[in-house]
Amino acid sequence: MRIKSEKDFFSGLLFIAVGVAFAWGATNYKVGEAARMGPGYFPLMLGVLMAIVGIVVTFTAMTVETEDGERIGKVAWKPLFFIILSNLVFGLMLGGLPSIGLPYMGLIAAIIALTFIAALAGDEFKFREVLIVAIILAVSCYLTFIVALKLQFPAWPAFIAG
Amino acid sequence: MELISHLSIGFGVAFTPINLLYAFVGCLLGTLIGVLPGIGPLATIAMLLPATYALPPVSALIMLAGIYYGAQYGGSTTAILVNLPGEASSVVTVIDGYQMARQGRAGPALAAAGLGSFFAGCVGTLVLAAFAVPLTEVAFKFGPAEYFSLMILGLIGAIVLASGSILKAVGMILMGLLMGLVGTDVNSGVARFSFDIPELTDGIGFIVIGMGVFGYGEIISNLGKHESERKVFAAEVKGLMPTKEDFRNMIPAVLRGTLLGSALGILPGGGATMAAFAAYTIEKKARMRPGEVPFGKGNIRGVAGPESANNAASQTSFIPLLTLGIPPNAVMALMVGAMTIHNIQPGPQVMTSNPELFWGLIASMWIGNAMLIILNLPLIGIWIKLLTVPYRWLFPAIVLFCAIGVYSTNNNTFDIWMVAIFGVIGYTFIKLGIEPAPLLLGYVLGPMMEENLRRALLLSRGDWSVFVTRGLSASLLAVAALLLIIVLLPSVKRKREEAFVEE
Repeated sequence: MRIKSEKDFFSGLLFIAVGVAFAWGATNYKVGEAARMGPGYFPLMLGVLMAIVGIVVTFTAMTVETEDGERIGKVAWKPLFFIILSNLVFGLMLGGLPSIGLPYMGLIAAIIALTFIAALAGDEFKFREVLIVAIILAVSCYLTFIVALKLQFPAWPAFIAG
Repeated sequence: MELISHLSIGFGVAFTPINLLYAFVGCLLGTLIGVLPGIGPLATIAMLLPATYALPPVSALIMLAGIYYGAQYGGSTTAILVNLPGEASSVVTVIDGYQMARQGRAGPALAAAGLGSFFAGCVGTLVLAAFAVPLTEVAFKFGPAEYFSLMILGLIGAIVLASGSILKAVGMILMGLLMGLVGTDVNSGVARFSFDIPELTDGIGFIVIGMGVFGYGEIISNLGKHESERKVFAAEVKGLMPTKEDFRNMIPAVLRGTLLGSALGILPGGGATMAAFAAYTIEKKARMRPGEVPFGKGNIRGVAGPESANNAASQTSFIPLLTLGIPPNAVMALMVGAMTIHNIQPGPQVMTSNPELFWGLIASMWIGNAMLIILNLPLIGIWIKLLTVPYRWLFPAIVLFCAIGVYSTNNNTFDIWMVAIFGVIGYTFIKLGIEPAPLLLGYVLGPMMEENLRRALLLSRGDWSVFVTRGLSASLLAVAALLLIIVLLPSVKRKREEAFVEE
């Protein structure tokens, strides 16, 4: 059997996986009955329903003809990697990771790191341009969030602020 | 006439220079902060609440109302300009608003949102003043069964408005409902699907899902395309104000949205969001004028309708708050907090014990709306300038605002890890051709649906027929069924697919 719509086929599989996972997870809680629903009742119902929808979507994707096969196409690994990485590094630098004893670096350093890593996701990377963008963002965020809104962000690294 | 005398008390209170000043300051602050992506009205009000402590009660509430409207409008601005919904009710604004911005028509989109909201706000204020008392009776008629049926209707509406496959939209709604259930179950206190992570017992944040799926997903997908096919924004900006043709299109949409919003706002429980979704559905069903742009491709009605509905609803959602003391949403819950800080117990007695406060607040809402127009129409030009910044400079800034917005809601890095996960999920959705908007609606309604389903079945002792034996509930379900049948009809289905072709 050939897959007629790649996008729908994998969407269906995704729905089945999520539905089954939630339904299976829900059985760990008390399910109860309609008049006295336990915490597992509603999620179990929805999970089963979702898995059924997933099966139908997958089945349709294998039977109903489409013009171009609805290919998923190339995955943009580079932007995916750098955008997510920049976000993770931002979190690490802003908050540190107490569980492994990593100290926080503060908002300013985090913004500069995020800008540089995120910029690597683009087609071209010009160091000077990125540096200017990073500085503008760092200054304006410092003024908006810390000076004006007084949000509880650590602005400077732990070893400087003490 | 009673209405006139009530309103005159209100305007007498609100139209003092000092209160006008507070309304203005509130609107300005609200807009400035609300326009930061990821920071919606809720976060804005929470941040600025302390600033109102020192004021007299009426001024404080007037300023808060200003902040509320400002933040809401600011949220629509980011929804239109950078495809980031700051809150649930602007999720649908994103669909056509962002497309308009990409075609160089961000100005008309912003103006339509502003003017539509202003009109809806005026009508909403009048409705609030005229019907506050009798309308509370209607809210009493809504039992859990009715709420559940109403939500089913709302979800069916979301399915109808989703572009692409109906089944995939159903799947996304179910996924959203399930995600909404993550966290502590209010009835039993059991932490569901939390994997023993303490942060997850509070559930997944709306901002986290919104930023991850809409913000990061879209950026990654944009960067993955070759520069030549990216075309994020048209180079040339075509006019700041709507054309005559635009006005002709948007006026009926504004009227329909206002009507719908005023009606749905009265119901406690997600009125504004539901109103925005329902208004978009109705606009889509309404007949197209010749030469109109299809929905999802930048139709001005897709901005004007939901924005009016959402504003009218947020106006009338004060009715359950001021008359019953029930906050219909999180923002209103904060308002209750603000009232109690000023020693006012919200509820039916406010109207009689503090009439100048009650009517003053109502009048100030209208003033807040008017301020917003005065303030924001000139600002449109500045927002548009933002779009001329090259994308390679803009996207790191958007990533940054998402990360900061997510972090600032809870001051917790855990949300930053979550938004990374949802970024990957969002990109997966785009790659698989799944529309993410229904997910968010499901997410918002999930806990409420479960709650009402439980209550309804508890009251009926497990008898499912309660949903069809109660008249109001049965008719809501009938409308939902009708809606579903209409979309599934072969002829409509074909037309619907045509409307979404070339996505």
